Amino acid sequence: MPTDFISSLFVFILAAFLGYEVIKRVSPLLHTPLMSLTNALDAIVVVAAIIIAGRHESRLSTILGLVAVVASFSNMVGGFVITDRMLHMFKTGKAKKS
Amino acid sequence: MTAISPQELIDFTYMLAAVGFILALKWLSSPVSAMRGVLIGEIASGVAVVATLFDPQVSQYRWILIALIVGAGIGVPLGMVKMTAVPQRTALSHAFGALSAALIGVAEYYVAAPNVPKFEMAEISLEVIIGSLTFTGSLIAAGKLQEVLPQRPITYKGQNFLSISVLTAAILLMVTLVVHPEYTHLFPVMIGVALIFGVMLVTPIGGADMPTVMSLLNSYAGFSAALLGFVLNSKVLVVAGALDGASGLILSVIMCKAMNRSFTNVLFGGFGQIHAAAAGAKEERAVRSATPEEAAAILSAASKVVIVPGYGMAVAQAQHKVRELYDILTKSGIEVKFAIHPVAGRMPGHMNVLLAEADIPYDKLIDMEDINGEFPQTDVALIIGANDVTNPAARTDASSPIYGMPILDVDKARTVMVIKRGMSAGFAGIDNPLYYLDKTLMLFGDAKGFVGSIVRELSGGGSHG
Repeated sequence: MPTDFISSLFVFILAAFLGYEVIKRVSPLLHTPLMSLTNALDAIVVVAAIIIAGRHESRLSTILGLVAVVASFSNMVGGFVITDRMLHMFKTGKAKKS
Repeated sequence: MTAISPQELIDFTYMLAAVGFILALKWLSSPVSAMRGVLIGEIASGVAVVATLFDPQVSQYRWILIALIVGAGIGVPLGMVKMTAVPQRTALSHAFGALSAALIGVAEYYVAAPNVPKFEMAEISLEVIIGSLTFTGSLIAAGKLQEVLPQRPITYKGQNFLSISVLTAAILLMVTLVVHPEYTHLFPVMIGVALIFGVMLVTPIGGADMPTVMSLLNSYAGFSAALLGFVLNSKVLVVAGALDGASGLILSVIMCKAMNRSFTNVLFGGFGQIHAAAAGAKEERAVRSATPEEAAAILSAASKVVIVPGYGMAVAQAQHKVRELYDILTKSGIEVKFAIHPVAGRMPGHMNVLLAEADIPYDKLIDMEDINGEFPQTDVALIIGANDVTNPAARTDASSPIYGMPILDVDKARTVMVIKRGMSAGFAGIDNPLYYLDKTLMLFGDAKGFVGSIVRELSGGGSHG
């Protein structure tokens, strides 16, 4: 078993636990923005796509990498834009008047 | 100590990005700090992307920049959709996320093939299988939500057996590839089988089960990204994927609990099918109906009103009319709150977003657990386009298919008013005894039109109250 696997597993388990503790505190009010925000954060796979596309190891890998850049970057941009828009809509009665 | 290499510097920014992601989610805990959360998420992602462009492995920027511009060109309009279209947009973004993770896995495979070490082969195969099935599954979900595909569950005999066989085939192909990585021709077959399984997974699910499916697909998309992090040994992907996966899983559990059902029941239950029999044995019973004038008179005499929105409100696009009703009642000193069931709508939190868009203050949007104690002190519970989540049979009738499901206790209010097109049963296909209570008034009509008529009565009548 590669040592990389163990260190990745280490990070994965800790992040999953931390994620569980943090996310369970998110108000049900914001469950839709939660989903769009986690999608936007998940779109960080764009960094892997950029490297695959930029390494030019084969024509196929470059093309697949570029398509992945398009798909994930659209997710990143779109996810942040819509989360931002949604959160702007959540106002209290007081904030509305001011 | 030697100088820091560019690679180490990039890895350092990835670590900062991971911290930013965790803070982003932490600050999402309340609407007050949530904006700050999005900002830190944007900064973290932006820094990571820019740092990657300086990676020495990356040469020739032209196509990458074009791909980024195209991606942004697709992303911005998808971020600007109307709030009613948010569920299908979210399904589409699960699809895009899973697609990119799967494509990168495929590219990694073909770069290394046929000499892929066994362990890596297992990681790549699993990642590509989950990514592929999430891709097609999410596309089907998006199609159903956009109503390009039929929304009702599509079921047929032997469905579960066939679905499980297809999944087994994908896993057997994966095992074969791990043992014999030189059988490269099996790799595309495995992808094809996984793509088909994704379609089969979501096709039989529909309607009120969509929030659960959306959450599950969310977690699959996250876990495929985390697995990709294992394949590429990229810790930032592992962290982001773990967070996304955990989030989807938590939401799935909340949705399942809110329907009193298990995961397996949602995925393999064929909800609509089971309850067809229950709907058959329906007797004709008398209901009381009321006109907009009567409804307006009752509302204006109330001192506390709780509005229960459901998917029907979203379909009728009635949220802005509901806001007008909220305004006019609030102005005449009536306390108005909204009762939000966790599975109301088509994705977690759907009703909150629609009502917030219509400018209803979020402190008036109350969770099921918090509002249920208030119904006995409520004069009027006004139900707009919700059905099963208000069905008292879930509390009282052990033979009911939804028995045990947590519901909004609207029947404890002094008067119940239900805006509904007709007497048809809800998604679960079961009759709602609420409608036959003496305290219940049925307001037959389109949600938007009926609420509009009530608003006209209230503003025209003026001197009520």
